Amino acid sequence: MAGGNGELKLVGEWASPFVTRVKLLLHIKGLSYEYVEEDLRNKSELLLSSNPVHKSVPVLIHDGKPICESQIILQYIDEVYASTGPSLLPADPYERAVARFWTAYIDDKIATPWDRLFRAKTDEERAEAMKQLFTAVEALEGGFKESSKGKDFFGGDSVGYLDIIVGSLVSWVKATSVLAGAELINAAKMPLLAAWMERFCELDAAKAILQDVDALVEHGRMLMAKNAARASK
Amino acid sequence: MASPVKVLDTFGSGFVHRALAALRLKGVPYELIQEDMSNKSELLLKHNPIHKKVPVLLHGDRAVCESLVIVEYIDEAFNGPPLLPADPYERAMARFWAQFIDQKFAGPFWMSFWSTDDESRQGIMMEAKQNLLLLEAQLQGKRFFGGDSIGLVDIAGSALAHWLGVFQEISGVALLTDDEYPVLCQWAKCYTDDETVKQCLPKRDELVAYFTANKERYKILANAMLQK
Repeated sequence: MAGGNGELKLVGEWASPFVTRVKLLLHIKGLSYEYVEEDLRNKSELLLSSNPVHKSVPVLIHDGKPICESQIILQYIDEVYASTGPSLLPADPYERAVARFWTAYIDDKIATPWDRLFRAKTDEERAEAMKQLFTAVEALEGGFKESSKGKDFFGGDSVGYLDIIVGSLVSWVKATSVLAGAELINAAKMPLLAAWMERFCELDAAKAILQDVDALVEHGRMLMAKNAARASK
Repeated sequence: MASPVKVLDTFGSGFVHRALAALRLKGVPYELIQEDMSNKSELLLKHNPIHKKVPVLLHGDRAVCESLVIVEYIDEAFNGPPLLPADPYERAMARFWAQFIDQKFAGPFWMSFWSTDDESRQGIMMEAKQNLLLLEAQLQGKRFFGGDSIGLVDIAGSALAHWLGVFQEISGVALLTDDEYPVLCQWAKCYTDDETVKQCLPKRDELVAYFTANKERYKILANAMLQK
């Protein structure tokens, strides 16, 4: 195995917002890498050997060494490639803590009902998950206010860590809004976040990387149908 | 003059201990503010409106929530021995195992000790034991996960070192035994014997009394968790 030549490989899956996070950062940093698309129903040797603990994507392999878990990968890239392209995490320890806090919130309080929404076996379960998801997302408006301090992005004047974390969810936000028949990021209730979302989508990285919303709607419909069908067997 | 550091605390919390251990290892003096979690103070609700939990670190006019976020903040905001390695890859590994501990140990361990549904419990215990094995393998002849000195992963795993023994004694359920996990048990002893860290570990007999008194409540909680 060749080592020390800085080769980057990303093992991912097109629909995963966690993989999107890494793709967004690699794009912003202008880093080239080999991308390997996984079929998560039939996991490859590469994935199983590089992420034996969780067997999930994304996995970044740098010079043959695997790094797992999206937030950990983002911080790793930001630290190793500190002099390449813009810095992602702020320099100030308190601002870093704010970024990490909201990331933990998103990956726990928002991701959990969102996941449940697509795995729901009954209409009731789905409705309950939807309700929890909408409530959890509303808190992000406060998160944006705290982080942006009146500027355009979570990171202030320019894109930062939380912009990538939340930005990676944008296509899923839009797809879920279609499937739910209601805007997940409601411009009336969450004006700052709604405006941020439009701004984010204008970025080159967003245009290059974010998934096609129709494809995600299709994918979401399939997931919901599959789980509902399982329940009725 | 440096801004004062305060920590919102409640007796017996392994999560609060993480924050205090980090502060002591960095040599940062702090004041404890005791919270009654059944009657949360204005201060707690103001500084942690989202989760309403302890620990909360107050540093001057800043409030930091979530124990591992607090530990990394302490590492970055204060001078003193680093709690994370210098090498980016090693840092990524430390963060990975700290997160692993957070994700895999709290819920499943709770259910293993307190749940009264024996069948479901068996499956959860098996998974817990496998995860303990993975953790044991990470020690690889080192004194601490952090090497010669206590680091992020040791702090994240501190509940395993001190609280697990208490739960095992009260519930009669043995998860972390010397026979099966000699390296991890040795690590636990090194952690709880450490001169710096043991100053902020709650007394074992007080923990036993406290958790014994609340045993029935934990069974209800654990059974409810199993339903999800």
